[in-house]
Amino acid sequence: MTDEEILQLLYDETLVGNAPAVRDGVNEGLEQGLAPERMLYDGLIPSLEEVGARFERGDFFVPEMLIAARAMQGALDILRPLLAETGMAEVGTFLMGTVKGDVHDIGKNLCNIMLEGAGFHVIDLGVNVPPEKFIEQIEEHNPDIVGFSAFLTTTMPMFKANINALEKAGMREKVIVMVGGAPVTQEYADAVGADGYSADASAAVKKAKELLELRREKVPA
Amino acid sequence: MKAVVACGALALDVRRIARRRGWELKVIPVPALLHNHPERIDTAVTELMEGHDVVALAYGDCGTYGALDRLGFPRLEGDHCYDVFARAEVQLALEEEPGTYFLTDFLARTFEHTVWRELGLDRHPELCEDYFRHYTRVLWLAQRATPATRVAAERAAQRIGRPLVVREVGDAGLERQLEALLDRLG
Repeated sequence: MTDEEILQLLYDETLVGNAPAVRDGVNEGLEQGLAPERMLYDGLIPSLEEVGARFERGDFFVPEMLIAARAMQGALDILRPLLAETGMAEVGTFLMGTVKGDVHDIGKNLCNIMLEGAGFHVIDLGVNVPPEKFIEQIEEHNPDIVGFSAFLTTTMPMFKANINALEKAGMREKVIVMVGGAPVTQEYADAVGADGYSADASAAVKKAKELLELRREKVPA
Repeated sequence: MKAVVACGALALDVRRIARRRGWELKVIPVPALLHNHPERIDTAVTELMEGHDVVALAYGDCGTYGALDRLGFPRLEGDHCYDVFARAEVQLALEEEPGTYFLTDFLARTFEHTVWRELGLDRHPELCEDYFRHYTRVLWLAQRATPATRVAAERAAQRIGRPLVVREVGDAGLERQLEALLDRLG
């Protein structure tokens, strides 16, 4: 297969969630010297973005999204160490978690995959994460961005509780706060004092990069 | 005749309660499968209202995040159908264990097609853990704990691979809420 054919295969098979074919395609690409970055940026990520677009249009549903994400994850497992070896610069560190009282993580996990694909170092704290755990982990990892995810209207108020905890710990200015989840809106994000909100995983990546750029302009490294 | 538009997951219970209480009420059911596509619920409800004297919606918020409220009709309190039967029990259960997966009689009996198949698990059983890995128990809030529904609830819990806990809550919670809605309307 030519490089272009492999990239097309990665795109097509990720789109339909054929994880074994995607893994085989990645391995074949590597064997013939195709750069890991090309497979990521010209095959896998565009495919997952298309999955997101089809979901938005109502052409794809959650199962289709999940199998595509699993296929992408399988490819990332192979590519991750190689991308690190080739010196692909990390965009930033993103600490992510579902808030206390909430165990939903499908959307969060999709965001993680997209963020990782876009070059972020993602630290996932999992679900039902209490404010003190976020604080402890921010202290330990010093992330650029922390993401709070909630799926329930009853757990969304934890965004504010987490932000209050950050303020109390004197960390609010050190870290960008992003929020997301099915019931969350821009208005709600503004009301709780988050820096950013996004409605889906692709938009989360764009927003994260944009916020990071803004922060770096203000505070040069 | 006054009409209530009801989620298919509640319609039978609403009808049963109305009959029991002698309320003259037409119950218009909306397919319960829309639970998996909550963004379509408000449109479906609006379409079904046409030609009826609709006074209320037998729905919780049901993942519409306010879209149902914006239709301007009173509805049941609660986020989901299991809330409207036993709100206090749901809140308590979630405080005890956030990883609680709820069943009502309807959800237990229809689990295979309203949950398993709709989540694509008939085609992709490997996704089961993606959906349910953080759940530690299945809590059946039973309206009428018949042997057949108990078997269905046990089968559902088995599918997810989590222990089943049963709480018989009946339908009094829904009845109280319906009564309050109808009282408000005079």
